Amino acid sequence: MLELTIQELAKGLRDKEFTSVELTQAYLDRIDKLDSKINSYITVSKEQALANAAAADEKIAAGDTGLWTGIPFAHKDIFCTEGTLTTCGSKMLHNFEPPYNATVAQNFIDAGAVCLGKTNMDEFAMGSTNESSYYGKVINPWSGDKHLVPGGSSGGSAAAVAARLAPVATGTDTGGSIRQPAAFCGLTGLKPTYGRVSRYGMIAFASSLDQGGPMAKTAEDCAAMLQVMAGHDAKDSTSIDKEVPDYLAALSGDLSGLKIGLPKEYFNEHLNPEIAKVLDEAIEVLKGKGVEFKEVSLPNSQLGVPAYYVIAPAEASANLSRFDGVRYGYRCEEPNDLMDMYLRSRSEGFGDEVKRRIMVGTYALSAGYYDAYYNKAMQVRRLIKNDFENAFKDVDFILGPTTPSPAFGFGEKGDDPVQMYLEDVYTITANLAGIPAMSLPAGTVDGLPCGIQLLGNYFDEARMLNVGYAFQQETEWHKQRPENSLTELSA
Amino acid sequence: MEWETVIGLEVHVQLATKSKIFSGSSTAFGAEPNTQASAVDLALPGTLPVPNEQAFRYATMFGLAIDADICKRSVFERKNYFYPDLPKGYQTTQLDAPIVGAGVVEITLKDGSKKNIRIHHAHLEEDAGKSLHEDYHGMSGIDLNRAGTPLIEVVSEPDMRNAEEAVEFAKTLHSIVTSLGICDGEMSQGSMRFDVNISVRPKGQSEFGTRTETKNLNSFRFMEQAIALEVERQIDVLEEGGEIVQETRLYDGDKHVARSMRSKEEANDYRYFPCPDLLPVVLTDEYIEEVRAQMPELPAARKERFISEFSLSDYDAGILSADAGLASLFETSANISGDAKLSANWVMGEFSARLNADDVSAANAPISGEALGQLVLRVKDNTVSSSGAKKVFEKLWSQEGSDVDQIIDAEGLKQVSDTGALEAMVDEVLAGMADQIAQYKAADDKKRKKLMGSFMGPLMKASKGQGNPKLFNEILAKKLND
Repeated sequence: MLELTIQELAKGLRDKEFTSVELTQAYLDRIDKLDSKINSYITVSKEQALANAAAADEKIAAGDTGLWTGIPFAHKDIFCTEGTLTTCGSKMLHNFEPPYNATVAQNFIDAGAVCLGKTNMDEFAMGSTNESSYYGKVINPWSGDKHLVPGGSSGGSAAAVAARLAPVATGTDTGGSIRQPAAFCGLTGLKPTYGRVSRYGMIAFASSLDQGGPMAKTAEDCAAMLQVMAGHDAKDSTSIDKEVPDYLAALSGDLSGLKIGLPKEYFNEHLNPEIAKVLDEAIEVLKGKGVEFKEVSLPNSQLGVPAYYVIAPAEASANLSRFDGVRYGYRCEEPNDLMDMYLRSRSEGFGDEVKRRIMVGTYALSAGYYDAYYNKAMQVRRLIKNDFENAFKDVDFILGPTTPSPAFGFGEKGDDPVQMYLEDVYTITANLAGIPAMSLPAGTVDGLPCGIQLLGNYFDEARMLNVGYAFQQETEWHKQRPENSLTELSA
Repeated sequence: MEWETVIGLEVHVQLATKSKIFSGSSTAFGAEPNTQASAVDLALPGTLPVPNEQAFRYATMFGLAIDADICKRSVFERKNYFYPDLPKGYQTTQLDAPIVGAGVVEITLKDGSKKNIRIHHAHLEEDAGKSLHEDYHGMSGIDLNRAGTPLIEVVSEPDMRNAEEAVEFAKTLHSIVTSLGICDGEMSQGSMRFDVNISVRPKGQSEFGTRTETKNLNSFRFMEQAIALEVERQIDVLEEGGEIVQETRLYDGDKHVARSMRSKEEANDYRYFPCPDLLPVVLTDEYIEEVRAQMPELPAARKERFISEFSLSDYDAGILSADAGLASLFETSANISGDAKLSANWVMGEFSARLNADDVSAANAPISGEALGQLVLRVKDNTVSSSGAKKVFEKLWSQEGSDVDQIIDAEGLKQVSDTGALEAMVDEVLAGMADQIAQYKAADDKKRKKLMGSFMGPLMKASKGQGNPKLFNEILAKKLND
């Protein structure tokens, strides 16, 4: 049951092989037994999940044939869920129960899905390791003797799906926060085109870069999830009013005539040779499906990280101003006056990485520095966008690595935040350009999962998912699961 | 030394949209605190702004009214600062690409001369909430009902040279926005608020002096007083060899004092940047033309029409056209009564006096133009005397009645204009006033005029106040002078 796809689970429910309550209970039991070791959930909504599952069973009995009716899943704790604690990984929101649902959360409710709980994440989605969560770090289920990071910021979602503590989970991706943890945990993860998925109720990190998306074992499950998540939302002015294709129907497995570009800026001496090998093998698989490869150039891609680490903190510095202790969330004890309340509530409520980015962003927007930093970064952003637009004149997709290395140990990147920021070198440009990108499990490096990344043109998710689907028809990497003391129930 | 004052205004105009600029909450004034504050207004995590089309339409109307360029691609920016009544920690406003570009407003001064005041630009933004400092046991309360109310901030060039010009400019703006119907003009509710930039310089000097900004004046009278006070202060400082510090000042109208709020050194760095939650607002030529085609009459055009259509004096037409509510009252009354001059006198006299006394706007007055027109008609056709009409007016104002004829009947205010009946009353009264008649006959013309009054009192008494005084006078004069 744990290895079934969403479509298979839906069939099982309709064919009465199991009920939603049984399915939900099975996941809740696993969470109960295993998550103390992995820490992938901040909140487990046991009672509500079972109640919703029971309601779904009634609907199924009454003939409901919706794909998602009764299917359990997990939400990254960045999506507001009405009446359920929503922390965004921060002490600042340790007591915040939203009075409303994010549009994505509402979409899953409307589809009849059963939310198991809210997954752990880097605080306010700022991090690549899940170490910045106020609710403790998440352990990568693939860890051996040494504990490894699950990636971030959607590390809780990735770890939960990898450890089979949820069939699928939602994530958000501002600079790689879906794709990097997907790669580290052996999953398929898609960051859609900016504007494809509503940001309403998704707690903002960097508004012009944030995008919600699916994290699952397979491209097929990602397609099933995106079907629920995507669509125009009048509550989000940046959401785009464009028809949502039938993503599952697009999974033909046929790739004939497709052209994929290999950027010379990725395939150079800096590329990890082990990952290069994984990519070479994947290219051979895709060639076997009729894909034609050619070299392309993304000349400004090396400017992505510095531009991102100006724009994202700048937006975050304003987005996080609302956390001031006045209306909701953490407020310091016994403030002396207004300034004291602001200073202590924010000093005590935010963690170090969040403070660092607020300060960087504030600096970049300050009088006298704005042109040198923010404006310059916005110019670079346009160049990066142009690079992709030029490349997609010649090719349908671009292929490259998702991450510079597989999952690493906690604290291994040292105290230098810049080393950590370089983790995002391959993923960040898709957010800056607003294009869709997907990480697929494609091999192992040192016994750990290794992801490859597809970058596509605007709104080309359906074809991109089909590439993943076709690849997964030919390979078994997506079927690998961590089998160790972290993920196995003791007898 | 002779000094010249230089004044520029920043005017916040609350737009009369039903809902807020970025949320669906109501903008109605006076509700219980925080009952008009949604998740978006409270800046709950994850909420996003959705622009209100009506606010853009109103801003466009204002731009067209002042002959300004409408920006076809205006951009919202975040102005960052912390304040408890600013829920997001930034105000969504416009900086580099405001919706209304440079324009001009013509003002008419008391001596009849006209002057053009240039508008630098006008931008759209959201209002903040209110901090309440009373009744919270030493703590402050926050009311977010006003947070997110759409404003246009109109920024003038420093083109005004004295308080009269500044006040006239403010009044003209008030007249424009109320005539357009884009602002209710209720100053007491903060619908228009003025920040006044003031500097002085030696007459003949071309460079500006250092300016101060007096913020948040919400009446024309306070504005006039605050300017006088600040000009006097600046001249005093300079004449004593001091320097003006660039600062923000607050004026307390009740105590007629001002104090410094913060100096330039303490000023915030607002770290403006384009708001990533809002796309640039694109207005097409077709949209702008559609708005232009639906523009209501502006005060200047209305004034010309009142002069030509109703033969009003320039002065009367100026006053009656400036306020949309007053103009509408006048016009309705004039059309119903068929007497523009008498309607104008009533609107500018009794009516305006009561508006001022009760501090209500013409648009919210308890008497409609129809009722006023009916009353003027009854004055004109001699049904009531002017003193009787004032009694009717009071009944209408206090809403003790709404039908003019009914009030006249109920209050017994109908004039007796039957000359036969009046003549009989005159004869009866004169029969008992032989001494006075003798006195009258002996007097010269000048004295006679005075003595007429001593007959009128008993006559009005005899007619229970209902005799038409004009007719009484005529009959009396005829009888006495025979």
